[in-house]
Amino acid sequence: MNPNYLDFEQPIAELEAKIDELRLVGNDNELNISEEISRLQGKSLKLMEDIFSNLTPAQVVQLSRHPQRPYTLDYVEHIFTDFDELHGDRNFADDAALVGGIARLDDKPVMIIGHQKGRSVKEKVRRNFGMPRPEGYRKACRLMEMAERFKMPILTFIDTPGAYPGIDAEERGQSEAIAYNLAVMSRLQTPIISTVIGEGGSGGALAIGVCDELIMLKNSIYSVISPEGCASILWKSADRANDAAEAMGVTAGRLHELGLVDRLIEEPLGGAHRNAEKVAADLKLQLLETLDRLSGLSKEQLVERRYERLMSYYAGNPELGNW
Amino acid sequence: MSWLEKIVPSIVRSDRNRRNNIPEGLWRKCPKCETVLYRPELEKSHNVCPKCDHHMRLTARKRLGMFLDEDGRTELFSEIEPVDRLKFKDSKKYKDRLAAAQRDTEEKDALIVMRGTVQGVEVVACSFEFNFMGGSMGSVVGQRFVKAAELALAEGIPFICFSASGGARMQEALFSLMQMARTSAALEKLKQAGIPYISVLTDPVYGGVSASLAMLGDLNVAEPFALCGFAGPRVIEQTVREKLPEGFQRSEFLLDHGTVDMIIHRHELRERLSSILRKLTAMPAN
Repeated sequence: MNPNYLDFEQPIAELEAKIDELRLVGNDNELNISEEISRLQGKSLKLMEDIFSNLTPAQVVQLSRHPQRPYTLDYVEHIFTDFDELHGDRNFADDAALVGGIARLDDKPVMIIGHQKGRSVKEKVRRNFGMPRPEGYRKACRLMEMAERFKMPILTFIDTPGAYPGIDAEERGQSEAIAYNLAVMSRLQTPIISTVIGEGGSGGALAIGVCDELIMLKNSIYSVISPEGCASILWKSADRANDAAEAMGVTAGRLHELGLVDRLIEEPLGGAHRNAEKVAADLKLQLLETLDRLSGLSKEQLVERRYERLMSYYAGNPELGNW
Repeated sequence: MSWLEKIVPSIVRSDRNRRNNIPEGLWRKCPKCETVLYRPELEKSHNVCPKCDHHMRLTARKRLGMFLDEDGRTELFSEIEPVDRLKFKDSKKYKDRLAAAQRDTEEKDALIVMRGTVQGVEVVACSFEFNFMGGSMGSVVGQRFVKAAELALAEGIPFICFSASGGARMQEALFSLMQMARTSAALEKLKQAGIPYISVLTDPVYGGVSASLAMLGDLNVAEPFALCGFAGPRVIEQTVREKLPEGFQRSEFLLDHGTVDMIIHRHELRERLSSILRKLTAMPAN
C-alpha cells in the first residue's frame, strides 16, 4: 500500500505507479510509449474524478485528517505577510497545539488564532496532535481580547480532534477555559471569521469558533463528537464510525445544507494537500470579501448580528410555532 | 432461564437479578455505603443518604420542588418540544429514543425552567433531568435555557441552573454543539448587565454542558461528591494510560483546583444560595 494515498485512493496509486514505471522504461528505450502514458494519465484522472465526486462521509473524514493536509501555519505562510507569533497564556505555559499572532492580510493588520498539528512524529508530540490544553484556550482568549483593543479582525483556523482529555487539563479547568472563550467571543467588538481547515472536533473546535461567518473547506468536517466516539457510544462499536459520520452529517457539504456553515471553499481533486497554494488563494479571497462585508457594520450591529446568528442555530421546527 | 440454569439446584444458582431485587418503590440501596434505605425516609431527606450523607440524584422536578418556595412558582417554556430534524438513527431511531424518554420521565426534554422565589428572593431557576437521555443538551435544552436567561435579563432577577448532564446530545449532532455557544452567549449578556448567575453542579456534569453553561457562574457551586469534568474518566484513562487519582473530578477535587467556589450540602442549598443572592443584589438579610 502506498502510504501517500488513503485506502480508497489505492486504485489511483496503482495506476500512478504503473505510469511511473512506463516512464522509466521509456527513458532507456527507443520505443515511443508516450501515447500509452497519456492514455493511462487520462484514465487516472477519470478514476480520480469518479472516486472524488462520490466521497462517502467517512472518506471525507479521512481526507480531513490526511497527514499531508495543510495546517494552520501553512495557510499563515500562504495567505498572510509579516506574521509575529505570540506565545503564552501569561499564567501557566505556552501551548504549541494552538498558535496565534498578528500579521497582515494584504495591508490590513489581523489577529490569527489556530489549532496546529505536527508533521513529523516529534512535531506531532510537541503539538500534542493539535489537542489544546486550557492554557492554549487561555492564550487564544488573551490574544482575541488584545485584537479587540487594537481593532484587529480575528481570523481563526480550526483543525483539532478535540480539546485534550488529560489529567493535567482537567486539573487546570479545561471546561472553564472553553466555556470562557465561548462567552467572550460572543461579545468581542471586532469581526471574527472562522475557517474549518481540517477536523472540527467538538468543544475544542468551537472554543475558537464563535464567529460572524463560518467558512469550511470542502473536505473538512465539524462535529459534536468524533464519528468513532459516537459509534462506540451509540452503536457500542467504533467500527460503525462510517454510520455515525453519515448520521451526524459531519461534512462541510451537509452542514452547509443544514444552514450551519456560511461558505464552502472548493478543494482540488484529491484534497487540499494536492494544491495548497490554490486553496490558500481561494480562502484569502473569501476572507477579504467577508471582512469587507463585515466592515460596513458598527460595533454594536456586529455583536448584535453575531448573537442573532447564534440564536438561529437550533434544530427546531418553526412550523410548530414553539420556537 | 436457560436449560442449564434450570437443572442447577436453586441454592447454587446465582441469579443476579433476583439477588438485587429489592421491591421496587419501597427500598433503595445507597450507591455509596450500600445501606438499604426505606424510600419514604429517603425522600424526606431529598435523596441524601441518612447513613453516609451521599447525595443521590434528584429528578429535575423534585429538585426545583425542594429549592423554590412553595407559593408562586410557575413552569416556563414547556411548550418548546424536541424535533428530529436530522432524522437521526443509530441502533434506534432518535424519534423512538425521545418517545421512550418522554414516557419514562414524563418530561418533554431534559431541562425544566421555573420562575419563583427562594426564601423570598425572586429567581428564574432551571434544572437538568438526568434521566432524560442522560440530561443531554440538544436544541430544546439550549432553547429553554436561553429563554430562561433572557427572561432573567429582561426582569433583572437572578438566574440559577442545576446541571446534571452527560454533555451534548449526539443525536442532534452539530446543532447540539451550537447550544454550547448559544447558552454561553446568553449568559454573557447577564454578566454584562450585572445580573447574578449561579451554576450548581450536581452529579454528574460532563462534556458540552460542563464546557459551557455549567462553568460560567458568577459562583460555581457543587453538591458534595458530585462528578464534574470535561472528559469522562474512561476517555482520560484510555488517553493517558494511567490510573486516575482517588477522588478525581469529584467536588472536593474541583474545590482544591479552584473550579468551584464552594460545596454546599443539599439541605442547606436554599438558605445558603438565598443568602448569597441577597448580598449580590443588595437586598437586606433574611
